[in-house]
Parts: sequence; structure tokens; C-alpha cells
Amino acid sequence: MLFEAFRDIPIMVSPKHRHDVLHQQFLTAIKSLGVITVVGLFTGMILALQTGLELRRFGQEVYIGSAVTVVMLREMGPFMTALIIAASVGSAMAAQIGTMTVSEEIAALEVMAIKPVRYLVTPRLLAMITMMPLVTIYTNIIGIAGGAIVGQTQLGVSATAYMDNAAEFAANKDLYVGLLKSVLFGIIIATVACHQGFSTTQGAVGVGRSTRRTVVVSFLVILMVGYMVTRLFYQ
Amino acid sequence: MIRFEKVSKRLSGRVVLNEIEYSIEPGETFVIVGASGAGKSVSLKHMVRLLTPDSGRVWVGEDCVSEARGESLDRIRERFGFLFQSAALMQWLSVGDNVGLPLRMKKDMSDDQIDDLVREKLAMVNLGDAFDKHPGQLSGGMRKRVGLARAIITDPEIILYDEPTSGLDPVTSRTIDRLINRLREELGVTSVVVTHDLHSALAIGSRIAMLHEGRMVEMSTPQEFVKSKNEFVQGFLEAQYITTQGDWEKSETA
Repeated sequence: MLFEAFRDIPIMVSPKHRHDVLHQQFLTAIKSLGVITVVGLFTGMILALQTGLELRRFGQEVYIGSAVTVVMLREMGPFMTALIIAASVGSAMAAQIGTMTVSEEIAALEVMAIKPVRYLVTPRLLAMITMMPLVTIYTNIIGIAGGAIVGQTQLGVSATAYMDNAAEFAANKDLYVGLLKSVLFGIIIATVACHQGFSTTQGAVGVGRSTRRTVVVSFLVILMVGYMVTRLFYQ
Repeated sequence: MIRFEKVSKRLSGRVVLNEIEYSIEPGETFVIVGASGAGKSVSLKHMVRLLTPDSGRVWVGEDCVSEARGESLDRIRERFGFLFQSAALMQWLSVGDNVGLPLRMKKDMSDDQIDDLVREKLAMVNLGDAFDKHPGQLSGGMRKRVGLARAIITDPEIILYDEPTSGLDPVTSRTIDRLINRLREELGVTSVVVTHDLHSALAIGSRIAMLHEGRMVEMSTPQEFVKSKNEFVQGFLEAQYITTQGDWEKSETA
């Protein structure tokens, strides 16, 4: 399925079909921004508070800038974004395709000689590949900003000092590896969700089961792949 | 045009089709009736390879659909229009986009050309004003007519109808019957209809076949069908209060 979806990318980015991809990009990114903003902000704030309180014991609280930024870029940004997208967008994908499967809409596509993978999977995969890095960058920015707010208000670290420290220690590699992870996580979410959707049987109960499995399987695979990528680039 | 050669199929361990053999001629309306689980829809799905036989073959013209793959299967499927029991409309698309979907995905046509053709087909099913509506805003009968407009958008040679009148009130059912007859007359298509509704079967069918426990127990013209001595046919007729030819004629004119 994944190979077929990648193979059909040139067809689905043509002007005639671009609307389908744009619609999925909108659903993937724009509709998730609210919850991602809240989660990103609090992730950065919690990171800053936990790290800052420990560093304060040694008089080194100014280093929260680098701690929050590096952790957000490398791990928490892509990871938290992927979890939210899997829970919101991935589950919705599985529910939609699952409902289509049990209500014969997939069969209708097949009878019309329309390839379900091309029509349903390729736009979703493309949307994930293109939007996950952008949403991850947004999560990183919000998370780092959240850390700065905590630094300024509770740890006495000015925003300038926070950002200077972040710029000193964060490397381009941290950003790139994080973005690579986000692309991989996007592929995982789209693949798991679409596969679960197509495998749905037994009506509404089956749709619920597919939705739950999508979230659980995506979380597990994201965790494992995240670990492997970290190990590959940082060990 | 369509030929079943000793087709057998088991689903969940139960024999649904048992060495079924029949052929459907070009231009006729072939109606398959039978009780729930008799294998009617399974038979229909074999014609477009949504199901494959455990043994036997299904032919569409010179093509063996049960062994076709890839592009050759697509070419066979493009000869069909299929009205699903639930209409199987894409819920997030408008009526116009639903009907035009096969053209948008498969044909090299401009949006304006597609819209014109969609409006023409919607007018044929008396839904000229439904173009911008969504499936959720339509009644069951209207959804079936949208499904029918989508089934005929590519001018298929054969239209398959899976329970076209199920869940509809008698007046709407007769509207669908008239539509099926009109499409056959205007487009010259071959139609295969699966239904429980004997009134509908008698009104639209050139031939009626009855499936019972995976076997074809009767295949005849409507006139012969109502006079059949077969016990299953008799039971089916009586269950729908069609006990004599006179009753059928009354129901047909009603």
C-alpha cells in the first residue's frame, strides 16, 4: 500500500487533483493548531520549570534556554506533535476510511476503476509528509517560547539571556534530525491509519476498533522509530 | 454478455453459490430474486470481481472477469455502472462531485465539461436542482437516484442494481422502477437487478431468476414466473401477496 501510495504522488500533485491534497493538508495542520499550541506551550513550560528548578540549585538556571531548545528540537517537538496528530488526525483518518469500507464506498471506488489507495491514501500521505515538519517547527517555537515565559516569570532568566543561551548550544543538526523524525512519524501515522481503515470489518464496532488501534499502534511505532533515529544520529 | 460457468462460493464456511450457471443477454433486464442470504448480492459482486469464485468462472463478453487483474480488470469494470444498496456516496463530497468523481479521476476532461455532463445525468434522474447539496441533506430515494446518476455518468454498457428499492416507500420504489425502465430504453443498457421486491421485479424484468440456498431454482419471463409451480417461487409470491397472474397485472398497472 505504501509503495503504491508513493508511486501515485506525481498523479495526485497534478493541478487536477491538487485540491484533494490541499484539503488533507488543511485538515492535518490548520485544524490541529489549537491543541498543538496548548500542548507545545505547556511542554516547553514544564521542561523549563523542571530543568530550571534543578539548575537553580547550582546557580546555573540560565542554561534552561539551551536545555529546553535542544530537547524541543531533538525530541519533544516532533514527538508531541506526532502524538497529537496521531490522536486527532490519524484516528479521524482511520474512522473515515473504516466507515467507507463498511458502507461499501471503497467497493464503489473499485467498481468505478478508481484506485482507493491513489484516491484516499496518497493525498493523506502527502499531507503528512509536507505538513508534519511545518507543524513540528511551530510546536518547537511555541515550546521554546513557553520555556522563555517560565524563565522570565519564575526563574529570573531574561528572554534575551534565554535566547542567547539557546542559540549558543542548539545546533542545526538538532533541527534537521527533529524534522527527519517528524517526516517519518507522518508516514507512520498515515500508513497505520489508512491500513486500519481498509482492514475495518463489522460495522460501527469495527470502526471504533480501527480508530483505537490506529492510536495505539502509531504511538508504539513512533516511540520505537524515535529511539532508533536518536540512536542513529547521537550515539 | 455476462455468463456464469459453474460458479461456487463459500463465505464464513457456508455455501452461498453452488455451481451456478446462467447467462445474461445484451439489452435485457435480468432480475435476481430470493430470500436474504440466498446469494443474490454475492452473485452481483462476482460480475465486477468484488468477490472471486472458489470455483468456476464469470465472463463479461470475451473477458474472464474472475481471472482479470490490474488494467484489464479496470477495463472490464469501466463497462459497468453499479448502484449499491446504500448508494455508497462519499459523504464529504457534494452531489455534483459524487456524480462527477469517475470522470474527474479517470477522464481527461475540463471541470466545465464534467459539470455539464453531471447536470445532464442528474436531470435524467430528476435531480436537476441537487448539484450543490450533500448526501446528508437528501432522502433515501434521492440518494439512490444520485447513486444511479453516478452509475450512468460514464455511459456504461451494463448497470448493476443491488436492492434499488430496499428501504423506500412504495411510491418512491415505483419511481425507481420507472427510472430503471427509462434508462434501459434511452441508453440501451443491459441491467442486472437484485431485489426482494417482487412487484418491482415483475415491473422491470425481462427475465427473473430465483436463487435459493445457492442454487438457481427458477429462471423465466415475468409471465411464466408468476405461474411457476416451483414451491420456493410459490412461497415467495404468496409472501408478497402475488398469488395469481391477475394480482400481478393489478400491481403492475397500479
